[in-house]
Amino acid sequence: MECVIGVVGRDFAVVAADTSAVQSILVHKTDEDKIMVLDSHKLMGASGEPGDRVQFTEFIQKNLHLHQFRNNVSLSTAATANFTRGELATALRKNPYSVNIILAGFDEDVGASMYYIDYIATLHKIDKGAFGYGSYFCLSLMDKFYRPDMTVEEAVDLVDKCIKEIRLRLVVAPQNFAIKIVDRNGARDYARREIVGDIPPAEAPAAAVNA
Amino acid sequence: IFEYNGSAVVAMVGKNCFAIASDRRLGVQLQTVATDFQRVFEIHPKLYIGLSGLASDAQTLYQRLVFKHKLYQLREERDMKPETFASLVSAMLYEKRFGPYFCQPIIAGLGQDDVPFICTMDCIGAKELAKDFVVSGTASESLYGACESMYKPNMEPDELFETISQALLSSVDRDCLSGWGGYVLVVTPTEVTERVLKGRMD
Repeated sequence: MECVIGVVGRDFAVVAADTSAVQSILVHKTDEDKIMVLDSHKLMGASGEPGDRVQFTEFIQKNLHLHQFRNNVSLSTAATANFTRGELATALRKNPYSVNIILAGFDEDVGASMYYIDYIATLHKIDKGAFGYGSYFCLSLMDKFYRPDMTVEEAVDLVDKCIKEIRLRLVVAPQNFAIKIVDRNGARDYARREIVGDIPPAEAPAAAVNA
Repeated sequence: IFEYNGSAVVAMVGKNCFAIASDRRLGVQLQTVATDFQRVFEIHPKLYIGLSGLASDAQTLYQRLVFKHKLYQLREERDMKPETFASLVSAMLYEKRFGPYFCQPIIAGLGQDDVPFICTMDCIGAKELAKDFVVSGTASESLYGACESMYKPNMEPDELFETISQALLSSVDRDCLSGWGGYVLVVTPTEVTERVLKGRMD
């Protein structure tokens, strides 16, 4: 099942998600990107129904860009979170989206912030959070090891601990994860944590096992 | 569906003052997601609403109510009276009679001449006015018992704060879906005091 993890540190936020695209017992691909870069300083990690996930995150991304073109100014992270919640809440009683979202962003005035948005449009500002079956393992790990104002290395170390736990203890564990970071310099890919992948046979023995 | 997020809200009347309190847990059934979730919202400095039930509907309902109240303020150039506000909430909830908001609001305010007013309603807007205390949420049954035994009429603000805090904390201790501390607001004609309680964090 899809896991998304988010941690806020000192002036940055890290979002990690698994990269497997699964349909019942079959793994279609192992490098699916579930963390969408909404704009220069925002990341939206989403988990849930695959069609809804892609459609809804693209919808939010395009609306954000439209607002930027129309008004010449980007929305803040809080405004984006409230807009996303509004869209989910409006759709809830007509045509609900089954997407759980961790929205992380960096604003000059408030620093890094992260929002937890449920599939039934519950919005809450958080410092650490997780979705999916992985959350049962990660939330308590994060409660124990999280401190406010962590450095990037400490935060990624915490995320790595969570990934290790998910791989070890979840029965149908996703193997590969993508980690993205957003800070003053923008939102970008940080690292991949891969064990299995679609690697050509000749390169398989030399494939790096990053853990 | 009312037990999806877990909540406990209580309001009590004192001598020329009232107190409204809630727990701070945001959960998704058995999992606790946050321990600092806000359930009591200000409409204007002498009117507060506490929304228990589904967190998403509580947030939607709060946003719609603030919208309506702001329009009212623009048109009437004054704040809404608590009794009027209660009727507004009741009407809004009954509008959705066959597809309701899964919330039980508690409204508490100081009305004309600073007379405290509290009321609660169910998810389709059936108002229940009370003179002493009102409760709602997953811990409501425990809250009824605790409030009934601890409540005295005409309490001063400090004593009212103690009473409502003890009632809240002891009731949420018996409910697995609510707790993780408390948030108490005591409102008198001259000041508003917010306090965060630390109870059994579990």
